[in-house]
Amino acid sequence: MIEAGHFAAFLALGATLAQAIFGLLGERRWAGMTAIASFGFMAFSFLTLVHAFAVSDFSLALVAHNSHTLKPMLYKIAGTWGNHEGSMALWALVTLGFGAAAAALMKTGRETFEARALGVQGLLGAGALGYLLFASSPYLRLDPAPFQGAGLNPLLQDPALSFHPPMLYLGYVGYSFVFALAAAGMMEGRIDSVWAKEARRWSLAAFIPLTFGIALGSYWAYYELGWGGWWFWDPVENASLMPWLIGAALLHSVIVTEKRESFAAWTALLAVIAFLFSIMGAFLVRSGVLTSVHAFAVDPKRGTILLSGLVAYGALALGLFAWRGPQLKGGKPWLMVSREGALMANNIVLFVAALTVLLGTLFPLMAEAAGRTMSVGEPYFRQTFVPILALLLILLPVVQAWAWGKADLKQWTRWAAAGAVLVAIFAALGVGVWKIPLGAALGVALGLWLIGGAFWELKRRAITFPRIFRLPPRVWGMTLAHAGIGLFIIGAVVETTTRYESTVALTEGSSGKVAGWTLTLDNVGSIEGPNWYADKAVLTAVKGSARAVLEPMKRYYPAARMPTTETAIYKTGTGDLYAALGERRIIDGQSKWVFRVYFNPLIDFVYFGVVLIGIGGLLSLVPRSAQKSSAD
Amino acid sequence: MRARTRRLYTFGIAALLLLAAAGIVFVSFRQNANLFYTPRILAEKGLPKSGSEVKVGGWVEPGSLTYSGDGATMHFTVIDNSDANIRIAFTGIAPDLFREGQGVVAIGKFAADGTFTARQILAKHDENYQPRELRPEAAGG
Repeated sequence: MIEAGHFAAFLALGATLAQAIFGLLGERRWAGMTAIASFGFMAFSFLTLVHAFAVSDFSLALVAHNSHTLKPMLYKIAGTWGNHEGSMALWALVTLGFGAAAAALMKTGRETFEARALGVQGLLGAGALGYLLFASSPYLRLDPAPFQGAGLNPLLQDPALSFHPPMLYLGYVGYSFVFALAAAGMMEGRIDSVWAKEARRWSLAAFIPLTFGIALGSYWAYYELGWGGWWFWDPVENASLMPWLIGAALLHSVIVTEKRESFAAWTALLAVIAFLFSIMGAFLVRSGVLTSVHAFAVDPKRGTILLSGLVAYGALALGLFAWRGPQLKGGKPWLMVSREGALMANNIVLFVAALTVLLGTLFPLMAEAAGRTMSVGEPYFRQTFVPILALLLILLPVVQAWAWGKADLKQWTRWAAAGAVLVAIFAALGVGVWKIPLGAALGVALGLWLIGGAFWELKRRAITFPRIFRLPPRVWGMTLAHAGIGLFIIGAVVETTTRYESTVALTEGSSGKVAGWTLTLDNVGSIEGPNWYADKAVLTAVKGSARAVLEPMKRYYPAARMPTTETAIYKTGTGDLYAALGERRIIDGQSKWVFRVYFNPLIDFVYFGVVLIGIGGLLSLVPRSAQKSSAD
Repeated sequence: MRARTRRLYTFGIAALLLLAAAGIVFVSFRQNANLFYTPRILAEKGLPKSGSEVKVGGWVEPGSLTYSGDGATMHFTVIDNSDANIRIAFTGIAPDLFREGQGVVAIGKFAADGTFTARQILAKHDENYQPRELRPEAAGG
């Protein structure tokens, strides 16, 4: 079975090479067929891997090292990509999948251009497959086969984390086709409205899963690590944030190219950078230069190959860019005060924000290479990333009403007045009534400013209220995404500035007070799961008439000889009451259990906001005609 | 506006913003890049500037673990292959693999008397894990 899968992967490699050749020669039909064939071969090959995991075939080295018979089926299957080789197989599969989807769905009416895009995608696919087959093969057998496997890292045995890697990869690898489009457009010397229309769809197709993938990872970190927070500015988190920021910039600049044919070179450059950042993310996470749950590969050779790939793709794209960039045509004329000017500012800010994250992420690595140990933490990002992005968001509601070419500034006094009133109200409310820090109050004001601004823009475009439901779906997409940012900011600011946390040590039957809640430890018992056993505490939380039972656990996975924390979360409506069970401590002859208890206000706003951004992206993908026919 | 003037504006604004960002980044780095201390480094270099957050790494000295504050706060000593040690206080749950003899990294601040109050303790989820910062020290470097 696996041998057939191994063989199919070689067939897929052959097909991608054919795809690259046909594509670059301009043979659209053949490039399309080979793209679909290579995806078919690889899909079969990947399924043989999944099958080996599902039936626990320990004669396959990968399964023996990463699976266990007692694991629930979901985690057996998810275990396929919960390791280095398997995740690279997924990377290759998704690369070929985008090639096949593009072969079926592209509709620019430009045969040679489409063929070349498929050709470049074929090259990227061949690169991924070559790496898989020759540097990190998942198809190796073990002889004799062991009776039992080593198990999957228990931290990864979680529903959210089963889908986090595929989502993230759809995003990362989605940018491979955006890269291919940019390369093909540059070969043709034509980055225009037709090109941008196609590039925008694929940018969205990458951006949406990337958004959901990051959200899933963050939600997992929130409830599984037991640290009460949802974003830790960890290098592996930053590795996914950087392509997201560049992807967001790209989504805005590609609109300018679509509507006005301006920013052509810049848009193509961003498309290239988005993919390079994605590969860099994979390199940082997978090469072992960072120590984290994600760093599977400790083989430095693999890191070197990934890094060489990054450099080669970058050189290829930038070479094309240097060759053809000067020949790209400019679009319609525009003034600084115009929608073009506003979107340019958006791009500069998002790009600079991504650079500050890059610096904060790479600096510790560079310092280490120079023989010093140093780390950069949350305060750095709070001081650099946050104010830079805030600058952009304050202006967003005002400038999104600006017209193409030349905007009039007649309304600016009204906007300034509205903003000043909002700031005054929330500064007074926040400091005087809610007793929260001024920064938090202003953050809430900014969030409302964005939400209000998003819907104000919707109304402005519709002119009369009933017509807002007949606006194109992409306008709704923009509105929801911008409102989502507002919601996210309110949640993020309130949660990080007013989060309450405390540690209590309780004997059975005793109680403690945390964040206005009285917590009573009823008992601590032992329970058993399919492949773990655990201490489970039962805490009764009472505040006024509200009453909740929290059952945090500490699990132990014998196969991996590793404990994990299972937090208990009670949603109060205004925030999460969150408890994590710690170790047992013997104090003065008494046995006490330690709990870390948090109150995380408005944490759901963070996730609702991000989900809204993703839904906004999905709506932006809906073509106008589809919406019209359903409305009539 | 002519294309050239516009380009000038574009680059001007971009340059200004980059410069401002570079400024913030520079200042922030100076304030926030956590320095790393082991008992040996502390003994050689002395205490860092007061109030700055640093990382401390070492092995938990067997028998040094005590509790205070009704059990919510733990105190332990970290050692390395020098004669020096650092006393650490931490209020919270110890990481799952925290135990005596194990390598840990603590993030927090030094008090004037040389004791360290940790905000976070890291012990990796791998029984063979050694904090990467400790490896050169372990080799005697």
